[in-house]
Amino acid sequence: MSKIYQTPEEAKQDQQYLETLAELIYQLADDDLLISHRGSEWLGLAPHIEEDVAFSSITQDTMGHAAMYYQMLEELGFGKADDIAHLRKPEEYRNAALTERVNGQGHYKENPDYDWGYAIMRNYAYEVFKKARLDALENSSYAPLADTAAKIKREQFYHLYHWEVWIDQLSHSTEEAQNRLNAALKKTWEDVSSLFDLGSKGAKMVELGLIESVDVLKEKFISRIQAKIEGAGLEWPGEFKALETTGREGKHSQEFVDALNELNEVYKLDPQASW
Amino acid sequence: MQEALTSLEKQVWEKLQLVTDPEITSVSLIEMGMVEAVEIAESKVTVRMIPTYIGCPALNMMENDVVKSVSDIEGIDEVEVIFLKKPIWTSDRITAEGREKLKEYGIAPPPLESKQEGVWEIECPYCNSPKTVMNNIFGPTACRSIFYCNSCKNPFEAIKPV
Repeated sequence: MSKIYQTPEEAKQDQQYLETLAELIYQLADDDLLISHRGSEWLGLAPHIEEDVAFSSITQDTMGHAAMYYQMLEELGFGKADDIAHLRKPEEYRNAALTERVNGQGHYKENPDYDWGYAIMRNYAYEVFKKARLDALENSSYAPLADTAAKIKREQFYHLYHWEVWIDQLSHSTEEAQNRLNAALKKTWEDVSSLFDLGSKGAKMVELGLIESVDVLKEKFISRIQAKIEGAGLEWPGEFKALETTGREGKHSQEFVDALNELNEVYKLDPQASW
Repeated sequence: MQEALTSLEKQVWEKLQLVTDPEITSVSLIEMGMVEAVEIAESKVTVRMIPTYIGCPALNMMENDVVKSVSDIEGIDEVEVIFLKKPIWTSDRITAEGREKLKEYGIAPPPLESKQEGVWEIECPYCNSPKTVMNNIFGPTACRSIFYCNSCKNPFEAIKPV
C-alpha cells in the first residue's frame, strides 16, 4: 500500500514524488487539451446540427478537464495554469500522438476535407482508454487527483456512450459505412500504443501508487473495445503497432506544432488580459 | 443548525437564495445544491461551493454574482468564493424545491434513480406524461439533453443525471 498524499503541500515535501506526479498530470492535461482542440475544429462541420451540439459539448467538457489538471499543476507550484497550457515549448508537451493527429486533409477555415469515420474511431478509442485511466486514477495515491478523476468520470460517461451510439448505428447501415469505419479503426490503431506509453517515469508512477500499470490499463481497454468492435461486425485490428515516437518525451509531429501555434495565438497576444 | 445561525449568517443565506443559475434563472444556487458551507470571520465571508460541470462557463458568473450579492450586506467587507474538489456535485443534490422550479422553467429534473444506466424515465415538465423520447443526449448546455413529448407534442430539455 502506497503512502497517500492528501494535499499539494504534502506532495511538495517529497521531491521525487512531486516530479513523478507532475509528469503524470502533464500527460493527463495535454491529452485532453489536444483531443479537445481537434474536436473544436469540427465545429460547424459535423454531419448534422445535433452532432455539432453534441461534439461541441464533449469538447467543452474535455477542455474543462484539461483546465482542471493545469490548475492542479499550478497548486503544485509549476506556474500559472493558463501559462502552463499555452506558453510551453512544443517539446515540453506530453500528449500522446493519437490526440494530436489532424482530422483529415485541409484546414478548418479552408477546404476542410475531414474524415468523420476517423473522428468516431479516434475519439472512441481515446474515451475507452480515458475511462480505464480514470478508473485507475480513482485509487491514486495523490488524493486530489483521485477526487478529480471521480468527478471527471461522471461527465465522461456520456462522451464514451456518444461514440458507441455512432458505431452501433453506422455499423448496421451501409457497406460504405462499414468500410470507412474499418479504415478509420486501422488508422487509429497506428497510434493506439501512444496512449499506453507512460514515459520514462512510468515505472515510478506505478511504484508510487499514482496509477495502475500499463498492462492493467491495456487489459481493460481491450476487453471493452474488442467486444464492441466485434459485436458491431467490424474487423478487430489485433495487436497494437509498436511505438514510433514518444509524445510523453516531447517528440511531436509538425501537425502538433501547427496546432499549438493556433491554440495559443490569442493568449500570446496579451497574456495579461483577463478572460 | 437553523436555530444556531447568527443574524449575519442568516442574511448571507438569504442573499444566496437570491442568486440564481445564470442559465436557468428560476433556480437558486442553493436549490441547485451548489452551496456547501458559509463561514463568517468578523467581516469576511467565505462561501464554499461545489461546481456542477467542470467546463461550465457559468461558474465565473455565479462566483461574481455571489460576491456582489453578499457584499451588499452591511458589515461585510470581503467575500471569497471557494470551489471545492470534494464532495463532487451529483444531480441528486438538486433540492425538491429546485426540481419543481426547473419544471416551471420547462426543464425536466434529472431522474432520482437509474443513474447513468439503462433508459431514463423522464416525465414531460409540461404535462407530466411519461411518453417521452430522447432526441439528443447533448443539449444547449453540457448538463442538458433534448427530449420530445409524444403526449403534448412539446420538445423540452432535461438535466442529465450525473
